[in-house]
Amino acid sequence: MTALVRIPTVLRPAMGGDTSVTVEGSTVGEVLDHLTANHPDVKGQLLNSDGTLHRFLNVYVNDDDVRYLGGVDAPVTNGDEITLLPAVAGGTL
Amino acid sequence: MFTLRSDQRDAIVATCIRALPNEGCGLLLGRPDGTVTEVLASPNVADSAKLYEVDSRVLLRAYRRSEEEGLSVIGVFHSHTHSAAYPSPTDVAQAPDPTWHYVLVSLRDVPTSIRSFHVIDGEIDEEEICL
Repeated sequence: MTALVRIPTVLRPAMGGDTSVTVEGSTVGEVLDHLTANHPDVKGQLLNSDGTLHRFLNVYVNDDDVRYLGGVDAPVTNGDEITLLPAVAGGTL
Repeated sequence: MFTLRSDQRDAIVATCIRALPNEGCGLLLGRPDGTVTEVLASPNVADSAKLYEVDSRVLLRAYRRSEEEGLSVIGVFHSHTHSAAYPSPTDVAQAPDPTWHYVLVSLRDVPTSIRSFHVIDGEIDEEEICL
């Protein structure tokens, strides 16, 4: 399977400036593994050491947040668009 | 330069008041010159009086809308319910974009105060809000 991964602005400098890249994978986890294989500096910003999604990263397959689709196990089909967006969060703590 | 219409300022404050006792939050769509064109309120999915997190669906919608309309997501607003309108260490640590305008509303202050900041490499730089 081949998916188009849209790269957020804040990650582009570490990924050669690309706004999107085409990546192979049949699950979100495989796509992110392949994506970070070429860009190891970014891996810690996307995935935890146990391979789960970073708490402050939102990943969408087309219009759906993968948290509701199985996380890294969410299926990816040919032509899917995967969007990465850093979570927007903070607070007084 | 950060330009906000008075009705947009009122919408931000109203969102924060409606979220009480929790922090309120939302995104700012606009132009690269810092002019806000739309305030997009979000549920606070952190469901907390001390933390906020913009709903992931609102975040995606904001990016989709901004692309369709030739705009950008240029910032975020949130409230502090019992402290000053100034970025906390958590706010600074989680500020994702040095170009963004981080708008803080204090509901502790009477009248309500609203201020805007850039956060660049952990440094806080206040900017004037042009109303």
